[in-house]
Amino acid sequence: MLQFIIRRTLGAVVTLFLIGAATFFLFVAAPSDYASLACGKDCSPQRLADIREALGLNLPVAQQFWDFMTGIFMGRDFPTGHCSAPCLGQSFYSGEMVWSTIMDRFPLTLTLTVGGSIVFLVVGIGAGMLAAFRRGSFVDKFATGASMVLSSFQIYFLGPIVLVILVYSTGLMEDPKYVPLTQDPVGWFVGMSIPVCVMATIFTAQYTRMARSSMIEQLAEEHVRTARAKGMSKKYVFFRYAWRGSLIPIVTVFGIDFSAMLGGAVVTELTFSLQGIGRLAVNGATTKDLPLTMGVMLVGAFFILIVNILTDIAYAFIDPRVRLS
Amino acid sequence: MTTLTKTEDASAPTGPESFLSVRDLKVTFSTEDGPVKAVDGLSFDVQRGKTLGIVGESGSGKSVTNLTILGLHSPRTTTVDGEIVMDGKELITASEKELEQLRGNKMAMIFQDPLTALSPFYTVGRQLSEPFMKHRGASKKEAKDRAIEMLTKVGIPQPKTRFDDYPHQFSGGMRQRAMIAMALMCDPDLLIADEPTTALDVTVQAQILDLLKDLQQEFGSAIIFITHDLGVISQMADDLLVMYAGRAVERGSAREVMSTPKHPYTWGLLSSMPRLDSNLDEALEPIPGAPPSLLTPPDGCRFHPRCAYTDLVPGNQCSTTRPPLGDGRASACHLTAEQKQTLFIDKIQPRLR
Repeated sequence: MLQFIIRRTLGAVVTLFLIGAATFFLFVAAPSDYASLACGKDCSPQRLADIREALGLNLPVAQQFWDFMTGIFMGRDFPTGHCSAPCLGQSFYSGEMVWSTIMDRFPLTLTLTVGGSIVFLVVGIGAGMLAAFRRGSFVDKFATGASMVLSSFQIYFLGPIVLVILVYSTGLMEDPKYVPLTQDPVGWFVGMSIPVCVMATIFTAQYTRMARSSMIEQLAEEHVRTARAKGMSKKYVFFRYAWRGSLIPIVTVFGIDFSAMLGGAVVTELTFSLQGIGRLAVNGATTKDLPLTMGVMLVGAFFILIVNILTDIAYAFIDPRVRLS
Repeated sequence: MTTLTKTEDASAPTGPESFLSVRDLKVTFSTEDGPVKAVDGLSFDVQRGKTLGIVGESGSGKSVTNLTILGLHSPRTTTVDGEIVMDGKELITASEKELEQLRGNKMAMIFQDPLTALSPFYTVGRQLSEPFMKHRGASKKEAKDRAIEMLTKVGIPQPKTRFDDYPHQFSGGMRQRAMIAMALMCDPDLLIADEPTTALDVTVQAQILDLLKDLQQEFGSAIIFITHDLGVISQMADDLLVMYAGRAVERGSAREVMSTPKHPYTWGLLSSMPRLDSNLDEALEPIPGAPPSLLTPPDGCRFHPRCAYTDLVPGNQCSTTRPPLGDGRASACHLTAEQKQTLFIDKIQPRLR
């Protein structure tokens, strides 16, 4: 197991490097002159040269890449000041350090991701399993029907509806906003509850359907029938034998969803006017802010790789056949 | 539809010591295309300490019958009629709770493919211990001792360390042994073995069969042995029941059925069986055609579309009237006893030599 983790971690480091390189050189290959973009309308040649110098754009491309990559581990010095490790560079436009910008936005994204995940895992898997357990009953039909309807909704459709009902027309709640948890736990909870719940609703629907079908599939497995043939009760067999196998597809999809959300839930953020990682990534790409885009890409890729490793470890816990091979 | 000249209800041999008795069992699945009569009027008995072999092609209703005895059919899509009495207890009308008390305890099942029939998620030891803890109220420690005892009995080397292994760490033969050990944990009075050796190679198969026989002598269980392998069944069974398309077509002691079969279907089964000592130049005789769809089974004798001897029966009896299965040694066929004997001696026996 330890060997497996070490091997996967080394693989992840290499992958991160390759992703960084790919992003960097794609960006450089794009026909844009960042200095003139940053310079604005009335751009004197002198100012342009200064900007080039300040951004380090007159260095060879390989040198720029090297500086960027070493900066992550050792920090860098910019004319405007020192950027300590992990340094993801300095935004071309705002001049802020990319790392600290990302860290500013990250708590919000983390709140959305973890909060949403807890809600949709508990409600979604719970409802799906209940539906499978009482297959064909009213509960099953209701859960299946509701998840059908909800999963065809979109956040940008459901979000505004909820806002109109709870905020604009009745004033029951305030506009969603992010208050740091450490500052005001209640404000944090209330401020984020609408975005978290709306996002979770869409996912809940998907997870309900997935949990139900995967459970029904498992219940038809022969080893589940064997357990029944031993005289184990329906409940016991359901929760000990069938449940475990049904987790495998759920863990797979959850790993993908979770890391994607950590990389930024753009639609949710835009719908509720929140400033998270997703919006940062969009800004970086549309304004051709190389360091910002690189930073967001690397942080996102980092989470995807970490979650991938965690997913594989989870498989090993669920299924002993994976553990030993 | 079929005219029943005589129901099988009272016809099967009823010994006073008969431990399990199945009467006129009908199992119907409702499917999207309509009802499928998987088992249609089946009766048989099994005595303590004896083995009943059930033979037939895939889809003849062998496995369905036995899942129904255990009550493991899906209640949503299945209707069951008739009577299953085990040791004086009616099983079809029994509640789920009562059945749970019996399963794995008084009646146990050995499944065909031990790789899929054992859970990949739990150790062999745990899967063995569970029924013992449930039915005997045993502690974990007691159940472990019992499981190790049973693993030893079925011939698994180093049972103490094997107890903590997962099924995928066992070889195919070992897994089937573990499966048998699991079925025997609570000394069941009735053991149903559903093609327990089909997934194994021949040498392992012989070991498993010997093991089952030894264990039967030791525990005195009644065994229902399902197979489509006539070679295996002739070694194992005391009595034989040949099934075709959800019905019993021939019944008798294993020796009688194997040496003087009376039903054209049984003839076909025997003729299509390869033998080690047979002449290499002689081709095997497969039964022409395929088993009928149970959605729209043929009227009359269900075997008549594939039967070569329907011309010998006067009228269109074969396609209109369901032939009854008589008492004791019997076959459900419209041919007369003399015709059967002549046909067997003239046409079938030479092929089996």
